[in-house]
Amino acid sequence: MKKILAIALALVMVLSLGAIAFADDEPIKVGIINNDPNESGYRTANVADFERVFSEENGYEAQTFYSLKNDEQIAAAQQMIQGDIDFLLLSAAATTGWDSVLQDAQTNGIPVILFDRTIDADESLYVASVVSDMAAEGETAVAWLEEQGLDEYNIIHIQGTMGSAAQVGRTGALDEKVAAEDSWNIVTQQTAEWNAETAQQIVQSVIDSGEEFNVIYAENDDMARGAVAALDKANITHGVDGDVIVMGFDCNKWALEEVLAGRWNYDGQCNPFQADTIDGIIKDLMAGNEPAEKTIIMEEVGFDAATITQEDIDTSGIGVGSEEMAEEAEAEEPAEDAEEEPAEEEAAE
Amino acid sequence: MSTETKTPVRKESRSVGEMLKGLVRQQMFIPVAALLALVLFNLIADPSFFAIKLGTNSAGDPVLTGYLITILDNASELVILAIGMTLVTAASGGQDISVGATIAIAGSVMLRVLCGANASSTMQAPIWVAFLICCVVSMLFGAFNGVLVAYLKIQPMVATLILFTAGRSIAAWINNNQLPIISDPVFSYAGTFIPGCPVPTPIFIAIACVAVIFLVLKFTNLGLYTQAVGINAQSSRLNGINPEKIKFLAYVILGLCVAVAGYIKVSRFSTINYSVVAKDIEMDAILAVALGGNALGGGKFNMAASILGAYVIQFLTTTLFKFNVNSSALPAYKAVVVIILVVMSAPAVKAKLGSLRKKNGSAKPAKEAA
Repeated sequence: MKKILAIALALVMVLSLGAIAFADDEPIKVGIINNDPNESGYRTANVADFERVFSEENGYEAQTFYSLKNDEQIAAAQQMIQGDIDFLLLSAAATTGWDSVLQDAQTNGIPVILFDRTIDADESLYVASVVSDMAAEGETAVAWLEEQGLDEYNIIHIQGTMGSAAQVGRTGALDEKVAAEDSWNIVTQQTAEWNAETAQQIVQSVIDSGEEFNVIYAENDDMARGAVAALDKANITHGVDGDVIVMGFDCNKWALEEVLAGRWNYDGQCNPFQADTIDGIIKDLMAGNEPAEKTIIMEEVGFDAATITQEDIDTSGIGVGSEEMAEEAEAEEPAEDAEEEPAEEEAAE
Repeated sequence: MSTETKTPVRKESRSVGEMLKGLVRQQMFIPVAALLALVLFNLIADPSFFAIKLGTNSAGDPVLTGYLITILDNASELVILAIGMTLVTAASGGQDISVGATIAIAGSVMLRVLCGANASSTMQAPIWVAFLICCVVSMLFGAFNGVLVAYLKIQPMVATLILFTAGRSIAAWINNNQLPIISDPVFSYAGTFIPGCPVPTPIFIAIACVAVIFLVLKFTNLGLYTQAVGINAQSSRLNGINPEKIKFLAYVILGLCVAVAGYIKVSRFSTINYSVVAKDIEMDAILAVALGGNALGGGKFNMAASILGAYVIQFLTTTLFKFNVNSSALPAYKAVVVIILVVMSAPAVKAKLGSLRKKNGSAKPAKEAA
């Protein structure tokens, strides 16, 4: 069963590689290593953005490999370097283990551009890195919260999976502020592991205990949604003119719609749209210009319920909103899952 | 038959009625003791834990709130899964570790049918149609596991590892990687409240499932056959039972449980997140079975004890939230409690407890007789 699956997968991979090898003209050949698009709404938007920019129409020929496993990514990168690519674009699953691969790329004259996440390797091994600064996201959010000028901040802090870059960055800024200011208190600080339901239980628990709070600082949109469900159940008003300030991160379209409707107060951006910036860097490199700065930090803003517009949602929202959805319906199916399905039905007979 | 290790209770050779009574008493002892310990702890630490209030939600409908309601509400999915997991454990002597992933599939199917190919937020099909399709698909996936375990004789944990690994990707693929959101409030009734009824709906669904399984166990041979197959498949075959069929059936029933749990899960927030929905719930479901004092190697089972075990786990989770246990330390606390409970239910410790009870027991019957 597994063997058949493995062979089928290998076939699919070989075929897709073959398809690329027989392309015509002189497009720019890029190898893109990224995480699995199913990982999150952020990643889905990230992958889609790269597919949009590095397309045949734009004069590119892209080889892609998606995995959440570092070793698989490394193996794929090595294969791409041995093969025929001009640039390697990399969002590594883990920060370590990449030195030898990057050295290989360098000796083969393939410039490496990191995106989304940096890695622990010497700066000379890559030409640029286009990344998000999670700590800055947290600082932007905390600065916004301070601007609200509450007399006292009693915060329910719902964290993401402990140790993830997003959690560390977004928690750090708030922890610092709470330690520095007497009027900022943490009512509870617990991890819901990005899970809406766990977040709901955490907030429910605070409500049941009768403790006072006036801010919910959830480290992603799903958890903010869970928190709001608990508030609604207890008839606690939230959002603009409400008793509780609701803050989320990631800027999913549906979340920004909540902000626009005034049910949430703030949503911090984690910008997945790095492809255009990288496109610019590649064009510069082809013209012989090194990028001015090695590390390019994506511009990331926070959206305030008082100032957000529908246009913000259209340009910065990721994934699908609840209003408009139809145009993306015919997205292609990942090959690996397609393999799984028939096997299942056969066995089920 | 070499079944004595699996069912140590059999050593006591008294009348059948008494033996059954002793069995129930002993099996229920662990979850009841755990529950009492948690209740006692909360009672001493903060009696307001048990307060239940009648309030209104933001829509103006009456709702009951309080820790006890939270526990009953959030344990619902686990209770439903524990039913299927108990049967699977008893029949096949192993556990299905794919239930979390298949809940993602069930939920995804539900949303796919309701939202249609365009993932629109208004419902394209009646909920009952979506639920029926969701049940069929879930049972097919359950059947897939069942075939691997019953007919191909693959170890249950290895067989279900396939869907454990691939399930969430399949779930994402069903909806073209989109995360549909349903705006119609009717869809959320199953996971929240029906307007006018102050008790959360999942509690009713869980009660209904429990009632159904008890009726099935009472009026069919399912329970007897399952235990027979679990204790010794060979001898049950000699007695005219088809062990493959019984094992297969257990996985299909678990598939149905998964469908119901999946419906509740997606209904709670009217949306789904493939990577985190029902994450690690398989471990809690297995723990519920273990807490119920059921042998994880199969054979005899006690459904009531498993169900109680599921409530105990949620009780523990809610207690830890209530006492604001530091987020990074929370798993450690849970682990400590789990270790205590598992050690208490270990056969060696059980035997010790049993012999203690025997000593006390010699005085009791005299009293009862008097």
